[in-house]
Formats: sequence, C-alpha cells, structure tokens
Amino acid sequence: MINYLANPNRFLNFIKPIEFSIGVFSFLFIFIGLYLSLFNSPEDYQQGDTVRIMYIHVPFAWFASFLYLSISIASIFFLIWRHPFADIIARSAAPLGLIFSILTILTGSLWGKPMWGTWWVWDARLTSMLILCIFYFAYIGISNAFPRKIDGSKPAAILAIVGMVNLPIIKFSVDWWNTLHQPASIIRFDGPSINQEMLLPLVIMLLGFLFMSIFIILINIKTNLIYKKYQSEILKLGWLDV
Amino acid sequence: MKPKSQRLIILFFFLTLLGLSTFLVLKSLEDNIVYFYSPTDINKKILSNEIDLSKRIRIGGLVKENSILKEGKKISFKIHDGIDEILVIYNGILPDLFREEQGIVALGKIENKKFSAIEILAKHDENYMPKEVSDMLKKNGKWKGKLK
Repeated sequence: MINYLANPNRFLNFIKPIEFSIGVFSFLFIFIGLYLSLFNSPEDYQQGDTVRIMYIHVPFAWFASFLYLSISIASIFFLIWRHPFADIIARSAAPLGLIFSILTILTGSLWGKPMWGTWWVWDARLTSMLILCIFYFAYIGISNAFPRKIDGSKPAAILAIVGMVNLPIIKFSVDWWNTLHQPASIIRFDGPSINQEMLLPLVIMLLGFLFMSIFIILINIKTNLIYKKYQSEILKLGWLDV
Repeated sequence: MKPKSQRLIILFFFLTLLGLSTFLVLKSLEDNIVYFYSPTDINKKILSNEIDLSKRIRIGGLVKENSILKEGKKISFKIHDGIDEILVIYNGILPDLFREEQGIVALGKIENKKFSAIEILAKHDENYMPKEVSDMLKKNGKWKGKLK
C-alpha cells in the first residue's frame, strides 16, 4: 500500500476523490467543536470560563508535536530509503506545524495571564515547546536554503531527526520536573482527568484538527509536486545557474 | 552489506548516542530546569548550606489552611507540600486562583528562615470538571483533590 502510493501520480489519483470530503469533515468537526466548547460546555470549577481556551490550546499543542513526529519519521524514510516523496511529505507538513507551535505558545500565553498571573515563564514545558517552534523555523530555513531545493533536503532531514529528542521531553517535562504548567489531563495511566462533558468537545476539536491537518498538507504536497516538476523543467532548459 | 542497511545502522547508533547525551545533559542541569523547589527541598538545602541566600529563587507548594494573615496590602501565609512548610511574606496583588490549599509558586529570597516573595503565581491542577460535579463529589465525600 505504502509502496503503491509512494508514486506521486498514483498518489494524486488516489486523493482526488477523497480530498474534498476531508475538507468538509474538517470544517464540520471544527464548527461543531467550537460551538460545543464556546456555548455548550460547562464552566470549570476552578477556572470558570477561561477553561474554554483549552479547546483550542490542546489541539494546537498536540498537532504541533504530532506533525513534527511525522516530519521526522518521513525524514528517516528519506535518509535511509532515499525516497524523494518522503521528503515532499516532510516539507509539506512543516509550515503548518510551525503555525501550530506558534499558536500553542500564543493561546497558552493568553491562558496563563488570567490563571497563573503571567504571560510567560521559563519552565520546562513552555521552554521545550519554544524549542520545538525553533526547530520548525530551522527545518524550513535549511530545507529552502539552496537554489536547487533538493540540496537542502538531506541536511534538513538530519536536523528533523535531531529534533526528535525534544518530543518526549515536551510530553514528560511536566512529570520529570517541577513546572508551573499542569501535568497531563488526557493521556495518563489512570484515564483522563477531564469531566466527560468537557472531554467531548475537546475530542471533536482534535478530530477536526486531524482532518484539517491532512487537508492542508495534501494541498501543500500537490503544490510541492508541481514546483518540483517546474524546477526540473527549468534545469533541463538550463535557465537556472547551479 | 547493502548501503540501505548500513545507513539504518548508522542512524540507529546516531539516535542512541543523541538520546544518551541529551539524557546526561538534562540530568546534570536538573537543578536549573526545575522551575521551583518544594518546602522540603528548600529546608534541606538551607540545612546543608547548598543554597545561595542572596540569590532569588522560586518555591512552590500548597497554601496552608488557616495560615493566611492579611494586614492592609501585606500578606503572610504558609505553603506546604504535605511534609514540610515555610512561611511566605508578600506585598502585592495575588492571582485570582489564590486560596487555601491552592498550589502556588513564589519568587523571592529567604530572609531569617522566612520567604519574602516579590511575585506570586497560581498553579492549577490537571482536573477539569463543572462546578456541580465538584460540589457533588465533596458532598459525597469522594473528593480526591486537595482543594477544599
């Protein structure tokens, strides 16, 4: 299956019929999720209405990390099996991940001021998230640093794999060290510590973010494939001095 | 050996070394990464003279019940971690979440075994529930949280 879809043309044919419905799903889930989280979910016993920031903060944070994991796995495939399509996938996911990591920090900051009493602290969770954001910047920078884009793929892939060590640090920072940030509420040994009425909108938002990420990355993949074709044509004509 | 499996082995070694070195770095920097000390930590450090009293530090714990004393804008209270406690003196605005048995983090210096704080931040825990549920749990005596 993976081998079959690794061919760009077959991949484009495969996604054509489902692409639109993925977009519709992402819109529906996020629409319903936002409605539930803003208007139809209870206030928290401690945080009151401020808890509603969670419904966007958590999806941003999860997908910022998850997209980075995808990029580094794709980079491993690229480095070892030299598959050009893995590189395209990694490049296509990076801008979205960067935006998610920035928005994680911004929404967290807006949440931190009313609850903690500060916009920012240098605790382990917040700092490791900032480092993830910097890794995204570095990945995008390096992968586009050469006139022939493909020359940046290998160094960028190595960087992506180096950054992978940051992912468990982000996840477990709240358990390993004293932090101002709260410990995990959802993925923990004794099950979620979020009331069901509040968990439901969050899960719907997470599904919406999943579809949205796939939808946007598919668009990016198509753009990058077209750009690659265009660059190879230009190279054939000798218009680019490299 | 095929170049493919060679690359795989190199990558595997690279990742192991990277993981190991990260672990060692984090381990040795533990004291700097920890955002705050608990009252137990801090009292141990004072006893063993491990701490520079002229430096600002952060301590964190739960606000002890019936220990809050207000005198105008001046406020004093004890924070504890279940084992040890320390007296905190503060002169400023408290965060909304400040109350008995709430987790807080204070920045300041130790003076005469008291902690004189210049900034107080509130910590909220990982439990999320509507007010009715928390009220019901408290009524039924099934409340597991530290907050009253």
